[in-house]
Amino acid sequence: MDVGLFSQYVMNGLMLGMMYALVAVGFTLFFGVMDIINFSHGDVLTVGAFAGLATYLGLVEIGVSWPPAQVAIVLAVAIVCTAGLGAIVAKYLVLPLKDAPALNTLLLTLMLGTVLHEAIRLFYPLGANPQRFPSLLPTDAYTFGNFTLRIDNMMLLLAGTAVIVGIHLLINKTKLGLAIRAVAQDSETAKTMGINFTLIVLITFAIGSGLAAFAGILHGLYYSEINFAMGLLLGVIGFSSAIVGGLGNIYGAIIGGFLFAALQTIGVLAMPFASAYKDVFAFGVIILIMAWRPTGLIREKISERV
Amino acid sequence: MTSIRFKLLAAVAAVLMLGLGSTTSGAKEKVKVGFIGPLTGGTSANGLGGRNASDLAVRLRNADPNAKHEYELIVLDDECKPNIGVQAATKLGANKDVIAAATHYCSAVAITTVDIYHKFGLPIIVWGAVLPAITYGNTYKEVHRVNGTMINQNETAAKFMTGLGYKTWAIIHDTTDYGKGHDEFFTKYVTENGGKILGRFGVTSDQQDFSAELTKIKSLGPDVLYFGGLTPIGVRIRAQMEKLGLKAQFEGTSGIVSDTFIKGSGELAEGVVAFKEGAPTEKLPGGKVFIDQYNKQGYGEPPEAYGAFAFAAMNLILDTIEAVGPDRKKVREALNKVDGVDSIIGKIAFDDHGQNTIALITKYVVQDGKWTVWGESEYATGKRKLKGM
Repeated sequence: MDVGLFSQYVMNGLMLGMMYALVAVGFTLFFGVMDIINFSHGDVLTVGAFAGLATYLGLVEIGVSWPPAQVAIVLAVAIVCTAGLGAIVAKYLVLPLKDAPALNTLLLTLMLGTVLHEAIRLFYPLGANPQRFPSLLPTDAYTFGNFTLRIDNMMLLLAGTAVIVGIHLLINKTKLGLAIRAVAQDSETAKTMGINFTLIVLITFAIGSGLAAFAGILHGLYYSEINFAMGLLLGVIGFSSAIVGGLGNIYGAIIGGFLFAALQTIGVLAMPFASAYKDVFAFGVIILIMAWRPTGLIREKISERV
Repeated sequence: MTSIRFKLLAAVAAVLMLGLGSTTSGAKEKVKVGFIGPLTGGTSANGLGGRNASDLAVRLRNADPNAKHEYELIVLDDECKPNIGVQAATKLGANKDVIAAATHYCSAVAITTVDIYHKFGLPIIVWGAVLPAITYGNTYKEVHRVNGTMINQNETAAKFMTGLGYKTWAIIHDTTDYGKGHDEFFTKYVTENGGKILGRFGVTSDQQDFSAELTKIKSLGPDVLYFGGLTPIGVRIRAQMEKLGLKAQFEGTSGIVSDTFIKGSGELAEGVVAFKEGAPTEKLPGGKVFIDQYNKQGYGEPPEAYGAFAFAAMNLILDTIEAVGPDRKKVREALNKVDGVDSIIGKIAFDDHGQNTIALITKYVVQDGKWTVWGESEYATGKRKLKGM
């Protein structure tokens, strides 16, 4: 394989991994603070992408045509929408079920996810069809042999990296992050220390869901297309990535996301005759890793003690 | 008891005799023919269009003073559901007065009912269902079809594309029967016509990311990327080709000939070619006459894409009955011999399986955001060029 081709595969894998990692970080944040699995996360991403698209169409309608402004407003609206949605989910669906079996929350969020994407399918104009997402970033491309480097992909990759670094800083360097970590480690003790438990949970859900919107817009800009079912598989992959990395650990989620993307790419490369089985291959390897390290690649710093 | 039963029997016999008397005393013998299609449900627009078109064929024949028989059309609804279709087919088959029928728009229904027609010996002509196995999956002498299948579609596609000068292909197909069928038949015909398949990739019908497949295809460097599948992933593949700088010509199947594909792909749809069974009605050899006659009757619904095929199927049935008389066996044998008969959809010739071999396939290219018939496009005149030409 020549260098150009190899670089192309690496670039594809990185883009894919970035999206998976952003989704996985959401899963891991929710699990960290509430010990719950929020299966509506993938569909929240879809809501974010559609909110972004609707905002774009609105902006065109009122005559805002400067792409940087469009990107900024689209991102802002999408993130605010899903952050709000995430907080509402936390307040009215997750927190009331705090003392119920975790299975109830899991089922509830699974159903909410169905409601969300079905609502998009039914109520968004022609929502069942694939929707074209506008190219808001410069589309110049440089070609090096078999490698096509597009400016927009590069920008998306950098933006994704920046967001992940930002989350890392937020969790580890700020007072809010300290509170989130405290709640994640031991919510009872955190409460006695004067941390507003409910508020921290709401904020964490808002952050995680906002990340989903960011991933949704990234998805739209990268693929130039969004559809009501896009969150389903992304949710499952993001969840698997979070699990394989070690649920509750942000770095684990990021590693898991990139690992999954690498596996999918390798799947196609290794078995070009059976590319339809790339997901089978990727999930199969994940199962093996899980069997090898049941708590994930990076264990939670504080494992639960009785 | 016995006397009552006897009286009843006598009464029935009397009514029957009266009935027979009235038909024989009329000017012409009354002959029944059937139509089955989806009259309710999601695809009912096509079913109603087909029904009206069949009805038009019968009306025109009854208005013809030279016709030997008077025809009555028995219309049944299959709801595009196999179980309902089986009931409808059984009802027609068991009614010995029905000599022949034009049946089914939905492939799933047609494939389950062919056994029933065979069992009852009822000759039928499929007017809309496209699955190859309806005719090729059996050797039933009763089953015929006027419209083309994905086999004809790919034969036309392969001949056309190799004719333009393309030499090499990469194939992406979804792993449903639809996608696999397209892969199989396109490969067969393109190889026969001297083309070469460099690689093939099966994908799931809800896959989102194709970058790995497309990068591999890019390294193979085919002239054309053939896609056997439906609109949603067609849109994704077209967009991602562009992102990866894959410059091959994009060729689709009937599965992407929809406005949704163009809306989803935007300016990237320009120059995409695809092939579809049938043709816009007004482009058919007898399309104009058909539309005129259809409009004269004042039907509530438009004929839709396959109305002309239902008309041609019914008309062929009526012609055959006129020629050999109202007898299922004779009609079946005569239909099997149909070879080069003129109709509004062009010539009809049935092969050993009852499939119309001169099936009409239309070549489309996207020009300025519209699926345009190839012959009328600027690509055909050379004003615009497909990729790599």
